Formats: sequence, structure tokens, C-alpha cells
Amino acid sequence: MTQKVTILGARSDIAMACAHAFGQAGHALTLAARDVGTLGDAARDLEIRYGGTVALREFDALAIDDHAAFAADDVLPDVVICAVGLLGDQKADEADSAATRDVLRANFEGPAILLNAYAALMEARGSGTIVGISSVAGDRGRATNYIYGSAKAGFTAFLSGLRNRLARKGVHVVTVKPGFVATRMTQHLDLPGALTAEPAEVGHAVLKAVVKGRDVIYVRAVWRIIMGLIRNIPERVFKKLSI
Amino acid sequence: MADLSGWGRYPRVEGRLLRPRGAAEVRAALAEGPVIARGNGRSYGDSAAQPAGTLDMRGMAHMLDFDGRTGVLTAEAGVMLEDVIATFLPRGWFPAVTPGTKLVTLGGMIAADVHGKNHRRDGSFGRHVDWVEVLGPDGVVRRASCSENSELFGRTLGGMGLTGVILRCAIRLMRVESGWIRQDMRVAPDLDAAMEIFETAESRYAVAWFDCLGQGADLGRSLVMLGDHADVADLPAARRAAPFVTPRRRRKRVPVDAPAIALNRHTLRAFNSLYFRVNARKAGPSLVDWDSYFYPLDAILDWNRIYGRRGFAQYQVVLPLEASRGGLAALLRTIATSGRGSFLAVLKRLGPQESAFSFPMEGYTLALDFPVDPAVLSLLDRLDDITLAHGGRHYLAKDSRLSREALRKADPRAAAFAAHRREAGLAGRFASAQSERLGL
Repeated sequence: MTQKVTILGARSDIAMACAHAFGQAGHALTLAARDVGTLGDAARDLEIRYGGTVALREFDALAIDDHAAFAADDVLPDVVICAVGLLGDQKADEADSAATRDVLRANFEGPAILLNAYAALMEARGSGTIVGISSVAGDRGRATNYIYGSAKAGFTAFLSGLRNRLARKGVHVVTVKPGFVATRMTQHLDLPGALTAEPAEVGHAVLKAVVKGRDVIYVRAVWRIIMGLIRNIPERVFKKLSI
Repeated sequence: MADLSGWGRYPRVEGRLLRPRGAAEVRAALAEGPVIARGNGRSYGDSAAQPAGTLDMRGMAHMLDFDGRTGVLTAEAGVMLEDVIATFLPRGWFPAVTPGTKLVTLGGMIAADVHGKNHRRDGSFGRHVDWVEVLGPDGVVRRASCSENSELFGRTLGGMGLTGVILRCAIRLMRVESGWIRQDMRVAPDLDAAMEIFETAESRYAVAWFDCLGQGADLGRSLVMLGDHADVADLPAARRAAPFVTPRRRRKRVPVDAPAIALNRHTLRAFNSLYFRVNARKAGPSLVDWDSYFYPLDAILDWNRIYGRRGFAQYQVVLPLEASRGGLAALLRTIATSGRGSFLAVLKRLGPQESAFSFPMEGYTLALDFPVDPAVLSLLDRLDDITLAHGGRHYLAKDSRLSREALRKADPRAAAFAAHRREAGLAGRFASAQSERLGL
């Protein structure tokens, strides 16, 4: 059955991979992003490949005052995917409070407020799925990316609580922790091949998680083990490591 | 540093790999130094490798328009052929020309001006390209077609990315009634018999696999696979309701590099003999799904690993029609005597083609793989001598080791192409490891 899927922060490679996975499965897509007009080619591409029409909506994750109205104006989707995120530059951001604030807002405050708005509407209807693209970086704060990581940790906790709240209301919440993904966001990083997923893998994993009603997924299974180990290193030892 | 090696994993090239998302980012890369566009990395050698700046065009992969009346697809250069088929075959359209893998980009197909098993009838891929948009050395994007910037168009088809970066194109697809091929497999005991089948074949597609290690009377014994797109009426009744539905093939992986010892003259000879005998039993007509017919090797991901860590070289040349019989026999004899050679040796008949720098010309084209080692490299030099003596030339999309001198002797167009590159300010701006090796 065709469902309506809204993708927030649609410009990212992971969001686009989700659009392809859900489009291929025959679902109707709404893409929301800043300067959404520049996604015209991407929308046309999805329409040619999978049929149907793709709606575009202007959206700014940091404009939190507009979030409730944005959600209310969206013909309530069956699935909402929040792929909003900002990696930042940890080293530079440590000394830049405005940059730190943007990373915290883009990864936590904006997504949380927005998904709260969708949650209320879905709860009232009694159905829906909310997908949050969080990160393994939120599983434990590390020196090299704790600003981003702490915001993602907040987002992960938010999704966990939201899932708990809506579990008996017909609304399902999926937390996605992609691990390393070869995207524009990580283009400048030297990532290990075996741990790095292609965006398309993330798209298919998200689709599968929604269909099967999974709660928390790591895209490549190895990440569940890695993060399990990293979480269990005693802080006394962890603080001296560079990982 | 990224691995920029080609599909043959020889030569090894490392360098800077960028993934532009639009003309502006291509322009920015060009401002920093020489660049070459790279598609899905399926050219065999160093055609798509520039250590200073290689552009991974798969980041520009939007389909932009499709005209369901004419079958014209407008798309960015990074769109994969595999996706074109997945999108349009269910609607009754198929690429008019396809190479032996679907894991290539449209830009790569244009740059190499690829041909298929139907070159004699349908020409190369370039014949089905309406226009291309090319970003030139001045950063300006020009549309080129038969009627507009026609010289740029002609040189870009088969120009190996050396005329600029292909950003977009419009290609014409072909109507088909089903996803099935009516195959007619013929067994040819020797080279003469195989050529006779090619010369008299009336099918759209024709390709021969042959045992390049067969000696004496077995020289050139081959399986010639003729094929045509099946109409709905050709299908068994049970398939007529859904003529585009074909069984999904399972993909396999080659998990590790084969050790060098695994491929030797005995294992190869045994494999080729076995392959020949097993398949000869299937001679005659059959229905084959499009994926198995056109892309048998795509089902084995990373099949290049069977040649081991040192990589392999594919040798593909075309010989003019009148010299084909003698030239092919000489090439095959030299290969058979050497005991080297490959699982797959492929022979195809090409039709006439006039082009600025494309590979095809009327005659026969032979392609074989060799695991790379010093003895093989000197064998390939000997094959070059035979090719040159018979007026043949090389397919640059497969080449990884040809010398500048041999190219100049084999193809008088090379000097003209290189001269144009210098005059038009293309040399030094768009350059691959291959173009530097070959002095293009």
C-alpha cells in the first residue's frame, strides 16, 4: 500500500538514499530542506525512476518557532524521517560558541522540537512511524567529536523516550545509528572501508526497519559490537585513550 | 589518497578522488589542476585515473527527463546503465547498445564510445546519443550534437574524457517487447567456421566465446551466441502476461584474491575445455533472460579478483575485415603457443564506423584477459606487432600498457587528436594516467 513519507533534511546523502528506498517501494514522497528549489533535479529523478510525484517543501531545521506550523501544514504522513544533522568541525568549534550552538541545535534541539510536533499529530490519529537518524557518536562522548556526539546522544535519548511514550498509542519510533557512511558530510575523512556503509545501504536498512517495526538499528551489524565495547570501557581507562 | 586503479587492478594508481555534485564543483576542481572524469571504474587500465584530481561522477546521477514517445532519456553523466535498465525495461525500453557489463555510467559509455554484440547492425553507443553537455577548459558548459558544436561532439564520443567533463547527455533507448532474448547457440569447430557464422548471421546480436588455448585443429573452436529480443509471441504462454519479469539472479562475491598459482596453463586449459564441452551440449535455440545474456559476469561481483593481487590486463584490438582471417589466426596461434591466456576470449564482428577517435571500425574484434606478469607484458608487445602488421588498432578503454609509439603506428588519428588537444588548450587540463602514457 502506498504510504506518504516526509523526509526532513532531504539534501543529505542519507536522506536521498531513504528517498530512493521508499520511492522504489512505491511510496509517495515529500522532501523538505533549506533552499528546496535546488532539489528540483533530485525530485524529477525520483519521479522518473519510480513514478508518482514528489512534493518539495521549504524547511529550516534551526527555525524552531516554525516547526509546529510546518508539521501542521504537512498532510500528515504515515512515515516521517528526520535526517537533519550538522557534523561541524570539533577542533574549531570548541573555541566558537556560535558554531557549537549550531551543532547542538541542528542535531538535537531542532529535530526534537520538530518530531514532538509530528508525534502529537500522529498520536491524535493513532498511527504513524517516526524515524530519527541519530549516530553512533552519541553512544559515548569522545574527544574528537563530543559536541556533535553529545547532541546526538540527546537526540537518541529523546527518540528512546518518545518511543516509550507512544508505544501504546499506535505510533512507532525508529532510532537509526548509521555508523560511518561514505557521504558528502564525511568526504574529507579517511574512513575504514569495512566499517563504512554506502548511503544506499542506509536507505534500505531504514526501509526494512520501518517495515519490520525495529526500535534501534545499527546499519552495519559490526557497529553494535564496536559500540558495545566502547560503552563498556571504564571511564578511568577511556579518558586516556585516543579513539 | 584513493585507489584509482581500473577494473584490471593494473597499473596501480593512487591519487586525489573528488566527488563533485554539480558543474560548479567540477569547475572548482579544474581550477586546481588537471582532472579526469571517472564513472564506475570499469575501464580496465588507467583511463580514468589522474593522481592530481580524479572526478567521481557518480555524485551527479540524476535522470532529468524521459520522453515515453521517442524513448529519449536526458540524464546526468553519472547515471548507471543498471539503473536505466531497471527503470525503463519494465516500460518496454532497452539500451540500443550495451557493453558486457551494466555496471557502467552513461558518461563512461560515451567517453569510451562503447559497442555491443550488435555493432554491425546498430553501430556504437555514440550513434544513439542525441547530445552531450561538456564542461571545457574555460569552465564553460557547451551542448554538442550532430548539428551544434559538431566537432566537439565527434571528439567527445570515444574521446576518453579528454575533451572535457561530460556532465549531461540525451540518449535514445530502443523499444523491446520483453526482457528475454531468443538465443541460438552454434558450435564452430574452428576459426573459419566461426567467421562464417558471423558473416551469414541475421540476428541483431552475435558474439563468440572461444578457447584461446586450443591448438592445431582446435585453433579458434568457439561457441557463437546469436540473439534477438524476443517478442511476446515468442514467450511460453505462462510468461506472456508479464513479459518483462525475469528471474532475479543471485549475486556472488569472490571473497579473496586468488593466489598466483591458481591460474596456470593446466587449470586454464582444463577450464576452457570443460566450459566448451558443457556449453556445446546446450547448442541450439533457447530463451535467455536479458541479464544472463548480456551480463553473465555481473553476477559475480569482484570477478577481477580471480586474477590475483597483481591484477590483469585485457587485450582488445580490432582488425580490418580483409586482414581479419590472417591476423586473428596469427594472434591466436601466438597466444596458444605461449600457454598464457584467459578464461574468456571474445570475438565480435564490427560494422563500418567513421569517427574522430572511437575504437570501432569494420572488421573483427578480439578481447582476452591475461594475469599480469613480465612474461605476459612481453607477450602483449608481440601481439601488438601482429596487430600493427595487420592494420589493427587498440581499444583504449581496455588498455593499460600500450606504448606511445605503438599507438601512433596503429592509429593515425592519435596524432591529430593530440594536436587538437594542444591547440584547444585541452592538454594538461583534462588528462589521465593513460593519456600521459600515450602522449595524447
